[in-house]
Amino acid sequence: MAHVAAIETGKAAAALARRARRAGYGQKVSAALLVLPLLLFVLVAFAAPIGAMLKRGVEDREVAPVLPRTIGALSGWSGTALPDEPVFAALVEDLREARAAGTLPSAASRLNHDQAGLRTTLIGSARRLAAPFEGPAREAVLRADPAWGQLETWGALARARGPWTDFFLLAALDLKRDAAGTIRAVAEEQAVFRTVFGRTFWIAAMVTAITLVLAYPLAALIALSRPAVASALLFAVLLPFWTSLLVRTAAWMVLLAREGVANHALVALGLFGAPQQLLFNRFAVVVAMVHILLPFMVLPLYAVMRQIPPIHLRAASSLGAHPVSAFRRVWLPQTLPGIGAGCLMVFIQALGFYITPALLGGGADQMLPYFIGFYANQTVNWGMAASLSLLLLAATLLIVGLYGQLVGFGAVRTS
Amino acid sequence: MSAIRLAWWVVGLAVAVFLVAPLLVIVPLSFSDGSFLHFPLPGIGMRWYRAFFSSDFWLTALWNSLTIGIASTIVATALGTLAAIGLWLAVIPGASAIMAVLLLPLVVPAIITAVALTFAYAPVGLASTHGGLIIAHALLASPFVVVTVGATLSQFDRTLLRAASSCGAGPVTAFRRVMLPVILPGVVAGAVFAFATSLDESVVVLFLAGPSQRTLPRQMFAGLKDTIELTILAAATMLVVLSLVLMLLVRFLSARGEARRP
Repeated sequence: MAHVAAIETGKAAAALARRARRAGYGQKVSAALLVLPLLLFVLVAFAAPIGAMLKRGVEDREVAPVLPRTIGALSGWSGTALPDEPVFAALVEDLREARAAGTLPSAASRLNHDQAGLRTTLIGSARRLAAPFEGPAREAVLRADPAWGQLETWGALARARGPWTDFFLLAALDLKRDAAGTIRAVAEEQAVFRTVFGRTFWIAAMVTAITLVLAYPLAALIALSRPAVASALLFAVLLPFWTSLLVRTAAWMVLLAREGVANHALVALGLFGAPQQLLFNRFAVVVAMVHILLPFMVLPLYAVMRQIPPIHLRAASSLGAHPVSAFRRVWLPQTLPGIGAGCLMVFIQALGFYITPALLGGGADQMLPYFIGFYANQTVNWGMAASLSLLLLAATLLIVGLYGQLVGFGAVRTS
Repeated sequence: MSAIRLAWWVVGLAVAVFLVAPLLVIVPLSFSDGSFLHFPLPGIGMRWYRAFFSSDFWLTALWNSLTIGIASTIVATALGTLAAIGLWLAVIPGASAIMAVLLLPLVVPAIITAVALTFAYAPVGLASTHGGLIIAHALLASPFVVVTVGATLSQFDRTLLRAASSCGAGPVTAFRRVMLPVILPGVVAGAVFAFATSLDESVVVLFLAGPSQRTLPRQMFAGLKDTIELTILAAATMLVVLSLVLMLLVRFLSARGEARRP
């Protein structure tokens, strides 16, 4: 009897488990269906475009379709001496065909990104070589443009053979392969990007350090003062936090303008003899960035400090700790997760600042995002815009990942 | 002790003043009768507000900001709320990877988003259109909705849904009559975040928008590159007031959500 009952119970339990599993499965399906619309939206309209753009940073498909024979003939070229007659002949054929088809400009502008002047070389040679000529192709090509007598002209063609390339990534680090394929530093006067990277990281680090120093006492004040005072101070943090970035940048432009509030006040106080140029320099950029990013430092610090029981400090002082050492040994260590979260958020956002340096900075204060915009918009050099984006995104994700590994994202809740 | 305390208070208050002072300076300047950028004001009047409301450029920008903001808020709130409910309902395989993808628009620097979307949307005819800008802003705003609604849902009692279904309610009815009323403050707060995101957005609009999608930030950017007119400050003041309203709305909603909790 007992045996049968046990079997019955076992059956019932199995059926129940099956039903529960089915219900759980059904729930998973409906959960997935609910997530799907946004997931597809982000994948199709956001992730795919970002991926496609970044791909342009390692892709090179503009020259090979226009000059297929030349690129093919160059495949075994060593890069140490001018190529042989067949390559020159291939070039003549390619140029004639591309000129007739009107496909030359895209290849010309890609080669011009490699070496200024190659656009003229390519288009001019195509024009001069259009008419039939006698004798070897080599002589005719060199007559059409002496630039074809230089190794690096052919090096540029070989570098652009595609379909994949490290040309743009190397260029973003001020490096370049020579005709033989060895990576070398570019000439001093062309090396701009290392300076830009250094400047970007330096400004971001400086802004992060200043916001930390300014935010810490304010956050502590909010965490430790009476509710009425705390909410007034919190309001002072939240109002700029919610105000448009452009409004805050505009406010700084007005404050620091030659005819602006700061200059007028400083002249009236007799500190300046005449209005000074306070805008379009590093100072203006850093001050405005600190102002814009301060709430991102104050809020996580405050969130952590609020959790520290005030009794800890009292206990420390009743045990005879000097206020400074009580702060250093009891309070400060408990705020470290907030410091980490705040610094991460400020630093990452600072790396990506575009509008504020564009409006408040001078030419020497423009950060990496400016150059991404410049190459995408002004010179339409997508490869360069994409490779710089790739490096900026890699730096951002690396810092986020490193933070996740070292501190963990659960350590602090900012809302 | 008291010297340290005093120094601490002075520094803390100075930082608080530093945070609000720039905003407090532009408000009175926008009511100036003259066109100077400094105090004292020659007179007080609504001159620059009249200029704002009689300029086709600024009115179009205001209209674009509002319509693009509202449309992208609707898209982001609808999709974001559904996704947050899905992520809360059950543990789907790869949930953390999905969450990472959904939060991507928050992590990618704005300039990369701007250039990439312009590059991708142009061939399909979405560059320089309202539609393209609405899609872009909805993408940038959706993470805020997912996070805000998700936080509200973490407080939601699952047994309520089971109770609804045992009383014969279908999933849609259960959502509409049981879940939505409870999580509504979170959904509205997410929508407010989304709207504020669109209203604030200034980099993507610079690249993706054409002349007929000029929004307030874009119009301000153009004005700031030129000689600064006080009309910009009138616009800025109105934006500050709008931000204030949105901020108070979110605080009110979160206080209400707080009060509902047992």
